[in-house]
Amino acid sequence: MCATCGCSEGNVVTVGDAKGHHTHILPDGTVIEHTHAHADEGHSHSHDHSHSHSHDHSHSHSHGHDHSHSHDHDHSHSHDHEHPHPHGHEHGADATRTELLEAKVLAKNDRLAERNRGWFAGRGVFALNVMSSPGSGKTTLLERTLRELGATSSVVEGDQETDRDAERLRATGVPVVQVNTGTGCHLEADMVWMGLQALQPESDSVVFIENVGNLVCPALFDLGEHRRVVLFSITEGEDKPLKYPHMFRVADLVLITKVDLLPHLDFDLDEARRSVAAVAPEARIVEVSTKSGAGLEAWYAWLREGREAARAVRSKPTAATV
Amino acid sequence: MHELSITRNIVATVVDHARGRRVDEVTLKIGTLAGIELQALRFCFDVCTEGTCIEGAKLRIEEIPGRGRCVDCDETVSLGQPIAVCPCDKRARLIIEAGEELLIHSMEVH
Repeated sequence: MCATCGCSEGNVVTVGDAKGHHTHILPDGTVIEHTHAHADEGHSHSHDHSHSHSHDHSHSHSHGHDHSHSHDHDHSHSHDHEHPHPHGHEHGADATRTELLEAKVLAKNDRLAERNRGWFAGRGVFALNVMSSPGSGKTTLLERTLRELGATSSVVEGDQETDRDAERLRATGVPVVQVNTGTGCHLEADMVWMGLQALQPESDSVVFIENVGNLVCPALFDLGEHRRVVLFSITEGEDKPLKYPHMFRVADLVLITKVDLLPHLDFDLDEARRSVAAVAPEARIVEVSTKSGAGLEAWYAWLREGREAARAVRSKPTAATV
Repeated sequence: MHELSITRNIVATVVDHARGRRVDEVTLKIGTLAGIELQALRFCFDVCTEGTCIEGAKLRIEEIPGRGRCVDCDETVSLGQPIAVCPCDKRARLIIEAGEELLIHSMEVH
């Protein structure tokens, strides 16, 4: 059931905007659009079911040979069109045979992430994937960042349920689209694509993608972003990067948050920096406090740098993406 | 629990390749540094294959051990975690050469 509107459409992903419109994506890719008009005198509930089926067919074909034939190279072809390609040796109706696939499990997500990357590059949009465990301060940092720099920013907000974080961020005046993943513990590239279609960010702007609070799963899913920002707060302990190396090793920037609490805790900043360096030696580290404002100037400078690089790519379309 | 989403991708790809034929066995190659909990994956496999041409198929998983090479000393180091330092020097950078694989290797069809 959708916690935003209470309608029951099964196990779904929800993309919603500020006006009560939202879209459910069923596991089979079916898209259902709902408009909920909340009048004071009651609950007028207009269901506009437009069932547009988005089918992303990826047909890989593999060459199965019964004779021994070892392929050491990656050999997976993906086609967007129907391409039946029976290619093997049948030996009677009951015979089994081995077909080599060598297919990347996340090939589909990776392909959709490439589409997002191209979409961002064509518009000079600087896209950030912001990740952390729940409660590290992602939304609070974004609230302040948007208030202070938000002129040309927008947000794709990912949570399992509710649009509370989206509401907080909308209060800063920037466009926000909430994506509810339902039981899903991370955002995937197709959810971000849906979010972007609802958001329609301006050219040369910054898109913050606030991932679902989780230090494990989001690390595996490329969203097509330029940079990955991982937060951890000093209340979580210095060794967080060592405990969750998969997440920290993909970080371009690590923000150590809530440093205004340092006088009250036994937290060793040097040890925290060493933990980050052990897992992600090339990541930048910035210590910040959203409350006191400490370190925010360095975070803003990093953002400006990324935004300029993304713009430069748009003005020179032949250059490689940032 | 990203294993559920990972398994859905595996099942969709295999069903696609099988084109209605019965699948008896699926072989995956998963690196020990890929961040996948194999027990969770096996559980999800049984659930996700229900009602498909893979239902009841055996799931074989070949684990690929993590291996890194140090940029400084050029030594090969076996890795249990994706930690990017070589024991030779705590600051040295380690390139991960194996262990991050997440592949559907093959399937046995009937």
